Amino acid sequence: MEIGLGHYLSVAAALFTIGIFGIFLNRKNVIIILMSIELMLLSVNINLVAFSSFLGDLTGQVFALVVLTVAAAEAAIGLAILVVYFRNRGSIAVEDLNIMKG
Amino acid sequence: MLYQFIVFFPLVGALIAGLLGRFMGKHGAEYLATFFLCVSAAFSLVAFYEVAQLHHATTVRLFSFLNSGDLQVDWALRIDTLTAVMLVVVTGVSALVHVYSIGYMEHDEHRPRFFSYLSLFTFAMLALVTSDNFVQMFFGWEGVGLASYLLIGFWYTRPSANAAAIKAFIVNRVGDFGFALGLIAIFFVFRSLDFTTVFGAAAGKAGQTFNFAGYQVDILTTICLLLFMGAMGKSAQFMLHTWLPDAMEGPTPVSALIHAATMVTAGVFLVCRCSPLFEQAPIALAFVTIIGATTAFFAATVGLFQNDIKRVIAYSTCSQLGYMFVAAGVSAYQAAMFHLFTHAFFKALLFLGAGSVIHALNDEQDMRKMGGTYKIIPWTYLLMVVGTFSLTGFPGFSGFWSKDAIIESAFAAHSGVATYGFVLLTLAAGMTSFYSWRLIFMTFHGRFRGDMHDLDHVHDAPQVMLVPLVILGIGAIVAGLFSVFGPLGDFIGEGQADFWHGAIAQLAGHNALEARELVPGWVRLAPTAMMLLGFLVAWYFYMERPELPAQLAARRGPLYLFLYNKWYFDELYDAIFVRPAKWIGRWLWKIGDGKIIDGFGPDGVAAGVLDWTRQIVRLQSGYVYHYAFAMLIGVVVFATYFVMAGGVGK
Amino acid sequence: MLAAIAFYVFSTVTVLSAVMVVSARNPVHSVLFLILTFFNSAALFVLLGAEFLAMVLVVVYVGAVAVLFLFVVMMLDIDFAKLRQGFLTYLPIGGAIGVVLFFELIFIASAWVIAPDAASHASNPTPAGVTNTEALGRILYTNYVHVFQMAGMILLVAMIGAIVLTLRQRVGVRRQSVSAQLARTPELGVELRKVQPGEGL
Repeated sequence: MEIGLGHYLSVAAALFTIGIFGIFLNRKNVIIILMSIELMLLSVNINLVAFSSFLGDLTGQVFALVVLTVAAAEAAIGLAILVVYFRNRGSIAVEDLNIMKG
Repeated sequence: MLYQFIVFFPLVGALIAGLLGRFMGKHGAEYLATFFLCVSAAFSLVAFYEVAQLHHATTVRLFSFLNSGDLQVDWALRIDTLTAVMLVVVTGVSALVHVYSIGYMEHDEHRPRFFSYLSLFTFAMLALVTSDNFVQMFFGWEGVGLASYLLIGFWYTRPSANAAAIKAFIVNRVGDFGFALGLIAIFFVFRSLDFTTVFGAAAGKAGQTFNFAGYQVDILTTICLLLFMGAMGKSAQFMLHTWLPDAMEGPTPVSALIHAATMVTAGVFLVCRCSPLFEQAPIALAFVTIIGATTAFFAATVGLFQNDIKRVIAYSTCSQLGYMFVAAGVSAYQAAMFHLFTHAFFKALLFLGAGSVIHALNDEQDMRKMGGTYKIIPWTYLLMVVGTFSLTGFPGFSGFWSKDAIIESAFAAHSGVATYGFVLLTLAAGMTSFYSWRLIFMTFHGRFRGDMHDLDHVHDAPQVMLVPLVILGIGAIVAGLFSVFGPLGDFIGEGQADFWHGAIAQLAGHNALEARELVPGWVRLAPTAMMLLGFLVAWYFYMERPELPAQLAARRGPLYLFLYNKWYFDELYDAIFVRPAKWIGRWLWKIGDGKIIDGFGPDGVAAGVLDWTRQIVRLQSGYVYHYAFAMLIGVVVFATYFVMAGGVGK
Repeated sequence: MLAAIAFYVFSTVTVLSAVMVVSARNPVHSVLFLILTFFNSAALFVLLGAEFLAMVLVVVYVGAVAVLFLFVVMMLDIDFAKLRQGFLTYLPIGGAIGVVLFFELIFIASAWVIAPDAASHASNPTPAGVTNTEALGRILYTNYVHVFQMAGMILLVAMIGAIVLTLRQRVGVRRQSVSAQLARTPELGVELRKVQPGEGL
């Protein structure tokens, strides 16, 4: 059967939702949050490329490239913060991350 | 300049005695204030001669007071016969009271303050009687109220004195409210508050009405009734009388000056001064007569059984003021003023004499503890008897002439209201005689029933207290001559029109004063007969069978209780006005202010803020995934909104 | 036909491994499943005709980001996570939110209609006859050169930021301080001693 735009968008939606679940349903550690964010960005990329392909416009792919760049940078910084936090607090379990409790 | 001196010397005396009194040695303040008053009194006699005899009535304009559109008010001294009579009365009695107080208040440390207040009062009263417009009169009106408050509560460490002062001021205030409304009405109708203007235009406004709540109400009647309300308050008439007996908490000279001769007569003066207005309002005149007669009767009944010597005389004053208002109500203003004139003398004499008795008996005021003192304090006894003769209307004394004139005028007026007045006044005359002689017998005759220790220091009054008494006694006898002896000034006789010379207005039909010459003989004899009857009853009860009164009192029959408790007026007013006012105040304070306003305002908001923050703080848990979750929920909400409302579903 | 089968295979594996990423107990397993997800979505990109992007995905995401994740997971001493009780507290509302979001996305996706004249509005139409890479290159360094430079800036800042955040000054390590060396004056460096002949220092 013909694979249309909708199929690709559904895949992206599923990935996005899974990423969302990963953020607040995880009880383990913060790395899972960061990985979920990567998943969400991936789903956005799939969306962009799918549109670019079906609309015949290269703009989507350029955009996806930039998103990729930013995702990489943000992952790096996020992990750096995590490392520093771990050095100071000794744990990255989610329950222990409550310094900002007000 | 004479009139300025008369009016302002007491003010100067008051200021110096009040502000600089402590620097003037032990007696400086009192001598100075008394000196100023005596000078003022002497000048008043000169003024009386000038104005009443020589008919040199004048108006002395001093300065402009208010200047606002239609309202032009100057401070001016209007000196006509009415004023001159009042000047003599006010300054004369005030000077004598000042002299008397030098002796009476000898042991009091606050004499400078006392004399300052006395002179201040005199100034306010003089401002009232010399006023040329309603605003100035109102100033004097309020001033005497203030001075009365200060003097009644002079011994301010006594809670009963403070309460009595407040009571006097507040009851006066009720009357002053009516007076102020009357002022406003006068300005509305006449566009001026000047006496000359208003009185001149009064006849033209007769019969005009205005619309009040759907009814057409006569203007002049309304104005006169409102003004009379002020007079009722100031002169302690029926229903606004409750403050007068309690005002006896003040020192006796205060009672003599204010509550016998001057302040309480301000109401009578007001009605007589506004006679041009009252003459055009027959309904108001009828009301005045009714109130006056009822007061005379009511006060006399209450005075029958009082045991405090000063209270008896206070109720007597209240009753005699009723007489004056009855006279005014039947358009015999001249008789009212004449009675005011004579009453000032003998009532002040009685009060000061009572003060002398109290002073001699070591501050004892209860008559049940007196008796048999006529040999110890003979001068006081003699002068009190003179005063009593005058009060009860013994032929030849001044009270006889003035009181009988009123009773005869009431009969001669020939209207239902006036006849009501005549009957009540005659009965009151009998009761007056009874309680006056009861006072004399209980105080001076019989056995001494008091504490023997009170007699340790008993002595008759010193010279400085006796001389004023003697002068007043002479006045009490001689003042009657002012009605029959032409050259001295004729208050109510044939030459009265010439004497008053237009100061008092009288319509042609209201001729009760002249018609009294034609009343039947029994009317002339009735007051004298009642006086003798009262004397005989008092003699029986207090000289022949002195144990009877105590027995009757001990039975506490309902009539006795009703009269002894002053017709339960104080209790009535307490239930109707005082308790609800207090209840409302308390409710507004505790619940209105406390619960509602504070509850919604400061307290409520403060407590609410605390509660709310306690809830909101829980949002800041510190857990990152909570924050992410919150962000996510926000995103979903936005997305849902745009999907639903953005028209995506095409 | 083949394309459809390939699509379904790749997309299923992608979704399943994404689920495993969030629910694996061992964090290393999570990272490995993440790598699998990336590979499969790269295959999806190839199916869409964006082969350059697919390779870049593999090189950057898998080669750099996922490896980075792995490094950090290895460096931090992370225990096997025990499934805690609190998981269930948020399941209802979290699940509801997620499901709502998913359905909204599907709803929009299925209702999406491309405007008939959209093709004429394309700003960078896919040129025929050139490879995807060359096509991308043609527009990236010309029309989107600013974006390109900004991306470079972002990467620079990220690099500096990461170094600054994690740099530790170790005590006791001898380091060369060039400025201190150059700032030495003769008074500090040289000391003149008078030595008697025949004696040492």
